[in-house]
This record gives sequence, structure tokens and C-alpha cells, in this order.
Amino acid sequence: MAETVHLDVVTRTRLVLSVDADFVELPGVLGALGVLPGHTPLLTKLGIGELMYRRDRAEAYLAIRGGFAEIMPDRVTVLAEGAEAPGEIDVEAAERERREMEEALKTADAAELDRMRARLQLAVTRLQVASRTSRS
Amino acid sequence: MANARDLKRRIRSVKGTQQITKAMKMVAAAKLRRAQERITAARPYADTLQRVLQNLAARTEHTHPLLEEREVRNVWLVVVSGDKGLCGAFNSNLLREAEHVLSEKGWPGVEIVAIGKKAADHFGKRDWHVVHAERETMSQLTAEDGPRLAEMFVTAFDSGQVDEVYLLYNRFLSIIRHEIVLERLLPIEPPAAVEAEDEAGGIDYLYEPSAEALLSELLPRHVAIQTQRALYDSAAAEQAARMTAMDAATKNADEMIDHLTLVYNRTRQAAITKEILEIVAGAEALGSEA
Repeated sequence: MAETVHLDVVTRTRLVLSVDADFVELPGVLGALGVLPGHTPLLTKLGIGELMYRRDRAEAYLAIRGGFAEIMPDRVTVLAEGAEAPGEIDVEAAERERREMEEALKTADAAELDRMRARLQLAVTRLQVASRTSRS
Repeated sequence: MANARDLKRRIRSVKGTQQITKAMKMVAAAKLRRAQERITAARPYADTLQRVLQNLAARTEHTHPLLEEREVRNVWLVVVSGDKGLCGAFNSNLLREAEHVLSEKGWPGVEIVAIGKKAADHFGKRDWHVVHAERETMSQLTAEDGPRLAEMFVTAFDSGQVDEVYLLYNRFLSIIRHEIVLERLLPIEPPAAVEAEDEAGGIDYLYEPSAEALLSELLPRHVAIQTQRALYDSAAAEQAARMTAMDAATKNADEMIDHLTLVYNRTRQAAITKEILEIVAGAEALGSEA
């Protein structure tokens, strides 16, 4: 059995996930970040995106909305602003949000642009994460 | 001695009150359990943030406006009370302590942020300047209230409107114990230097994007967490105090019912004795006549 890394995902209101994983992929602000056991200590800001972890060849996903991650050789602690498992995502609401934002972005002014892009990205991430389960 | 009918009425009234206090006690117990769960659920995030921040502060020379001590001209005292009464001395103790702190500290300029109806009412009636008051937050506390208030504090601190922010609230220790604490929220106390050679202390992280950027993201979150914790603690302590108060009230009602029942029985018996005496006396009077 290969070495594992312990993954904790917490938000301000709950402990979302606490598992041992063989590999974790985080949505860092500077791009996706893969973590294998024995990673060098790293503190990173997270963007909006998918968190993936693999355990015994099975992959699972979470939709992450910003926050931080503390990476240590034997554990990864994610302090997320929001984290949702596939089963918790309201697909219809996310789909509606995505369409609305795509429309809004066509006419948005500069001040609104960033906020709308973030909302669009979150909606897209949610849909992506939700679709991951329906396939498996 | 009171007459039997009045006594009966009083017993019934006390029983009614007792039912209410018993129900309130049970409601408070349920709410307390929820409040405790929220505190427990928020702990992993707070602990991790604390640890990361300590490491970060110990490792970097970067300073940040939220850490900076300034000459104190204006202070905000955030008083966290409950919205409702019937919880023993919970609110009155807190408000007395608030008055005590205000007269003790002798801050050059001080404004009150009153969270909870009781604090808002108390300070609204007095000469202190209330800069912000919330009367309904504590009865329907959410996880957004802490961050929302914290943002207000940070903004005021950043703009120089206020040089220090203190929190005065009830810290929840256990169902039977809570204590009033005064904590400085801003500027943030430099996190205690991590013990040298401690396992957690020796971490030299890589930072992404940079230590400075991370610090300025983490510090406001720290303030939000601290604020939220104070609100959660106060809410739990309030329910615990109410539970204790209502339990005592229920017991008192029990005692009172016992006492009144005793008096009632005695009165009833006295009345019966009196009646018998009257009959006997009447019969004797008739008998002696015959």
C-alpha cells in the first residue's frame, strides 16, 4: 500500500470531508495544483474550481469556491469559502445561473465584470462537478 | 388565613406558570444543543486558520495594517448581549460589566456597538454614543453575521475612524459555566510566537502567490472568525443561562405548590373542624334544653 495524504476540507460552518487520499488536485489561484504524498509545505490561495482526490483508483470531486489550502507532506487542509459535494449541487439552479451570467457578461460594464465572471465560473464548476457523478 | 377558594386559584395559577417555565426550559435545552453543534462545527476551520496564521506571522517580517498599533483616540466597544430576557442575570451581569469596563478603561473616545436587543436598549437610554445597534441578530444567528460585522469593523479600522475594537461577550464554558470576557479584536494581537523546534513551528512554507498577499487575505478572515465565535459563544451561553433559570423557576414553583397545598389542606381541615364544633355545640344546646 502506497503512502497516502490525509485530506480535510472545512468551511466556516462544517467539516465537509476528511479522508485519506493517494492524490489530490486543488484549484490554486495560479492554476491547478497536484499533490502527492510527501509534498513540500505550501500555503496557497484557492480560486473557484474543482477539487479532485483519488483513493484506490476511485476519483471524487468537490466544487470549491475560493479559500486556502495548507499542504504538508502528510496532509492537506483546505479552508474553503464554500465546498459542495456532487450530491449537494442544485443542477437546475447552476444551469440557470450559467445562462444568466453568459447573457449578462455580453452587456456588463467593467466594474461588474469580475464579479460576474466569478459567478459564471462557480456555476460552470458546479455543473462540471455534478456531471462527474451522474457518469460514475 | 386565606380562604380555601383563593388558595385553590393560586395553586392553579402557579401550576400554569410552572408549565410555561418547564416548556421554556426544554426549548432552551434544544436550542443550546444546536448552538453547541454550531460551535463544534466551526472549530476545525478556526483552529486551522489560527495555526496557519501563527506560522505565517512567525515566518515573515511582513507587517500589515490590521496588525499595526496606533495611538488610541477612538475605541469601539462591541457589547454582545441577548435579544430576550428570562435568562437569569445573563444580560444584567454583562451590561454591568460593560459599564464597569467603560468607566475603568477611561478611553479618550469610545463608541458602542450594541449587538442584541438588551444591549441596544440599555445603551440607547444612556449617554454613550451608540454607533451601531442590532436588535434581532442574536435570535436568528447565521454564519454570515460574524463576517458581516467583521467587515464593518475592518473598514472602520482601515479608514482610521477607530483605532481599537474590543469585544465584550459571554464565553461559553459549559452548561453551568460561562464567563464574561473582554477581548481586543483590532488591531490583531501578534499571534503568540510559536515555540521553537516545535513540530508545527518549524514549517517553512512555500507561498502561492506570496506571503504578503496571503497575510492580507487571512487576517480579515481571522477577524471574521473571532467575531463569529463571540456571537456563537454568547448565543450558547444565553441558552444555557435560560435553561438554568427556567429549571430553577420550575423547582421554585414546585416548592410553592407544595406550600400552598399544605396551607390549603390545613385551611380545609380547620373549616371542617369548625363546622363539626358548630354542630356539636348546636346539638348540645338542644340536648341541654330537653
